[in-house]
Amino acid sequence: MTQLERQGWDVVVVGAGGAGLRAAIEAREQGARTAVICKSLFGKAHTVMAEGGIAASMGNVNSGDNWQVHFRDTMRGGKFLNQWRMAELHAREAPDRVWELETWGALFDRTPDGKISQRNFGGHEYPRLAHVGDRTGLELIRTLQQKIVSLQQEDFREFGDYEARLKVFQECTVTRVLKDERERVAGTFCYERESGRFFVLEAPAVVLATGGIGKSFKVTSNSWEYTGDGHALALLAGAPLLNMEFVQFHPTGMVWPPSVKGILVTESVRGDGGVLRNSDGKRFMFDYIPDVFKEKYAQSEEEGDRWYEDPDNNRRPPELLPRDEVARAINSEVKAGRGSPHGGVFLDVSTRMPAETIRRRLPSMYHQFKELADVDITAEAMEVGPTCHYVMGGVAVDSDTAATRGVPGLYAAGEVAGGMHGSNRLGGNSLSDLLVFGRRAGLHAARYAIGFGEGAARPRPDAGQVDAAAAEALRPFSAEGPEPGEADGRPPENPYTLHQELQQTMNDLVGIIRREPEMEQALEKLADLRVRAHRAGVEGHRQFNPGWHLALDLRNMLLVSECVARAALERTESRGGHTREDCPAMEPEWRRVNLLCRLADVSGGLAPSDEPRRGQISLARETTEPIRPDLLGLFEKEELVKYLAEEELHS
Amino acid sequence: MATGTEPQPRTGVHDASRAAITARHLRTDRWWLAPAATAAGLLAFVVYSTWRAFANADYYAAPYVSPFYSPCLAENCVPMKDGPNWAIFGSWWGLSPALLILIFPLGFRLTCYYYRKAYYRGFWASPPACAVAEPHKTYSGETRFPLILQNIHRYFFYAAVPVAGILTYDTVLAFRDETYAWGHMGLGTLVFLVNIVLIWAYTFSCHSCRHIVGGKLKHFSRHPVRYRLWGWVGKLNARHMQLAWASLLSVALADFYVYLVASGAFDDPRLF
Amino acid sequence: MSSYTAAFRVWRGDADGGELEDFKVEVNEGEVVLDIIHRLQATQASDLAVRWNCKAGKCGSCSAEINGRPRLLCMTRMSIFSREETITVTPLRAFPVVRDLVTDVSFNYAKAREVPAFVPPPGVAAGDYRMQQIDVERPQEFRKCIECFLCQDTCHVVRDHEENKASFAGPRFLMRIAELDMHPLDAAAGVGVDRKKTAQDEHGLGYCNITKCCTEVCPENIKITDNALIPLKERAVDRKYDPLVWLGDKIFRRTE
Repeated sequence: MTQLERQGWDVVVVGAGGAGLRAAIEAREQGARTAVICKSLFGKAHTVMAEGGIAASMGNVNSGDNWQVHFRDTMRGGKFLNQWRMAELHAREAPDRVWELETWGALFDRTPDGKISQRNFGGHEYPRLAHVGDRTGLELIRTLQQKIVSLQQEDFREFGDYEARLKVFQECTVTRVLKDERERVAGTFCYERESGRFFVLEAPAVVLATGGIGKSFKVTSNSWEYTGDGHALALLAGAPLLNMEFVQFHPTGMVWPPSVKGILVTESVRGDGGVLRNSDGKRFMFDYIPDVFKEKYAQSEEEGDRWYEDPDNNRRPPELLPRDEVARAINSEVKAGRGSPHGGVFLDVSTRMPAETIRRRLPSMYHQFKELADVDITAEAMEVGPTCHYVMGGVAVDSDTAATRGVPGLYAAGEVAGGMHGSNRLGGNSLSDLLVFGRRAGLHAARYAIGFGEGAARPRPDAGQVDAAAAEALRPFSAEGPEPGEADGRPPENPYTLHQELQQTMNDLVGIIRREPEMEQALEKLADLRVRAHRAGVEGHRQFNPGWHLALDLRNMLLVSECVARAALERTESRGGHTREDCPAMEPEWRRVNLLCRLADVSGGLAPSDEPRRGQISLARETTEPIRPDLLGLFEKEELVKYLAEEELHS
Repeated sequence: MATGTEPQPRTGVHDASRAAITARHLRTDRWWLAPAATAAGLLAFVVYSTWRAFANADYYAAPYVSPFYSPCLAENCVPMKDGPNWAIFGSWWGLSPALLILIFPLGFRLTCYYYRKAYYRGFWASPPACAVAEPHKTYSGETRFPLILQNIHRYFFYAAVPVAGILTYDTVLAFRDETYAWGHMGLGTLVFLVNIVLIWAYTFSCHSCRHIVGGKLKHFSRHPVRYRLWGWVGKLNARHMQLAWASLLSVALADFYVYLVASGAFDDPRLF
Repeated sequence: MSSYTAAFRVWRGDADGGELEDFKVEVNEGEVVLDIIHRLQATQASDLAVRWNCKAGKCGSCSAEINGRPRLLCMTRMSIFSREETITVTPLRAFPVVRDLVTDVSFNYAKAREVPAFVPPPGVAAGDYRMQQIDVERPQEFRKCIECFLCQDTCHVVRDHEENKASFAGPRFLMRIAELDMHPLDAAAGVGVDRKKTAQDEHGLGYCNITKCCTEVCPENIKITDNALIPLKERAVDRKYDPLVWLGDKIFRRTE
């Protein structure tokens, strides 16, 4: 084994989206030498795709808003499955995190009195989303990126080196979290995408901030980076994943042309007045208001329309129900044969607002449809349908510190962390989640790392792990099928083909509506894919070789997909982002149950199990901690009975 | 701005670090059309205006004075009743009086942000078109003498305003007939009207003007009037290129009209 | 519209050399050039290197040159080409090539670091920032930038003159200076940073000869030249070439 380059840092942050950058800023400000490592170029993270805004109860537009109301909305949206302490911290701290961005140069849209403007969004009782047109995610990323640059400028003035205390390793991938012999985090094994060169970052603390898993599904709003890397790294390091069955399908993705299928159409279109219609021209959402939301939503089109002007005296239109409800409704309409020509439904703003207003308030949507679909949204309706958007499940973490369970030194924040959003995330709560828990992860990771001092007390990566990681990463180059004439003379598998089959499997069998036999079929298919992925081979060399990168990412997607399928099969109820056709009701008993996924074979190899049905993942149930009484007290009794089991109400 | 014109094989897009592609560009559209048309248009105007400026003849036909010769500032000007001819330069000036005043509009247009783009692309091929390698070995842009002088554009703007004012005065004078009686209009009056509107529109659409009226402010909200002005100028400014060409054409046409009438080749039709 | 087979020429190679390679590849309705590049990867050249990310024109990763023009691969629809023409795709030609369509864009990150960051106004606590919409709209236009670096690529100042890279920040980062100078609460002047002056003295604003190619290629339709670079030039004139403004500022202690 050739000698690898090794660098020593205090904190390594994996991922440079909103959570990763916020964690890095915090860690560096705490005095930790911090490395950020990301698969794309710095500033390209998927966070830029977030459009609507950052939810924070600043009360700038409606002074009735406060953290308690935000907390309530978040719990309702998540169907009370949320890790309530996270939801509480999130609601309490979000305003500070937004205001802080302004001190770093962010320019949000303003109210007439000069404060940050806030917009309405699905599931939020008051206008709550700080925004910049419909490109809020870009503003967030750019602000954090520029804050990092400003910290680097400080370091340059002090040390003459921009990267003395904060460095971004862009276009690098982490394939393993390394541990020492005492099972503590000791660093990461990485490769540079450009050159294929391996290197090791040694650090006592690693923050996972890798985002989601959408690339395991065929129709998704997620970019190629979303291969569940952080989820898989945590599993492989021995940390469990929580409630992976909850995957959010955003109700409005583009459905045509095929090449852009899945790309997001922001919820702001509905927040600003867009309506959903079926092929009969009917605003069908009025037929899909579930009982738990009956009192909160308009029952007639007239009332819904009045709400945009007078939200205090009218109820909001049902187009603004939480995303899971809207996605299911669209799915039902299309199945009932009332869909649009390309298999979606119509989302119309053209008849609701003047063209000029549309172009001003939804500039990037206008641009996106004009350029990609040749549709002028000021003149005609968009065609939209559900698209895999977000995973609520994720690495199980401690609410206050973002530390994972059982792996000292490993932290997770943002989409890769589970719990915060329960069974369904509200729009706008993602960006605030990134900031609140990104900061917390950075803070606690830095404190933990600094606690070791500079000396020999620091964990050192186990040499065997480094060698194993290198061998694992190189396997696709030597993957060859058995000799012709042997038992199975197939050539090496094409990683692109495997990926497509995986996406099709997850989309068809573990998609928006789930059934037991299909999920069992999915698990078999995944086992088969896992066996074949073992023989995924690539041509060429290590320098910027996308086939190789995909072959390595397949491991992560297969692991995560199995978690989703297994947990979805286990949870025999429908709740939020998990809909079982065979178990359509929401069961109060299940509310208290978390499903934890762990690696079955902790040696962590890719080796396919002898019994494909057993797979790599073992599942465990866990009873959640009861919600703190003062937080429960924020809700009306009548509401709680819809969610909580009898004995919880009386305890 | 550049010294050499011979293409260097190993610089710019042919630098050793860049993707090895021999072609200077791979554009397949008619990218040369725009710079060629620009160069032809500007050249035509230069030829025409040089001839007319040095001609020192046929620039006044009552009640019209050619915009090339207004104001007329030497004793050798032809007499124009009530016209803007003040013999500031006295009798020693023997050349065409147009040369005295054309300096200002010429300087205004020469340093104009749009014309700069036009002639850098059209005449100097720096660059000829986007992503088409330019033929110069070195480039220092507007960092050195003489091109650093482009920074004085706003002074020419200041000068262009009174000149436009005088041309407005000329247009008012054009509401007379050839006997200087007021309340008449000829075809020439219309030509002058169109010209002066375009001249003002071009002048106010100037980037320096946009900066001076409001662009320099950090807080529009504290200067509501200037913010409005800035908005209006901004709307004009978006059409700076079109106005530059339209006013260039109209000023040449106005001059040519006067030439035709003054030389007797054409009789100004009276409308009333 | 049906599928057809298109002729593609894609530059393949690395820093040591390379050439345009010919491909025949299927094209379907509604596709963009990036789809075709992906099809090449999946079917004919699995190691064809290309950078991409969001595939919706929002991240600015997939910058390349198509038929000689700097464009985003994901926002270039195949329908703008005729079925007969050969479509040539090359990496950005202003930056060092890494492999195939991927270039080394570190120049841009280095320049980003040289622009002094936003300076928060002293004495204003987080949460107390007050700004008017009309004041933030100007810099907001520049913050639409997705950092695709197409403007940096097309700008002849560095594209055609490698030696100017040291002294010229490029349109993207001159625009960044303009953005900060127009930020209603930026307090750089208070710490001795004169953005107007340094734009010319340190970031090479004078190299710009406003030939507008940056504006032409901007996928976000930002009016880089008219709204950022020229206003910045005028602001530099205020500082350096306009004695009246200079004198006025001295006498009235103006900061605007």
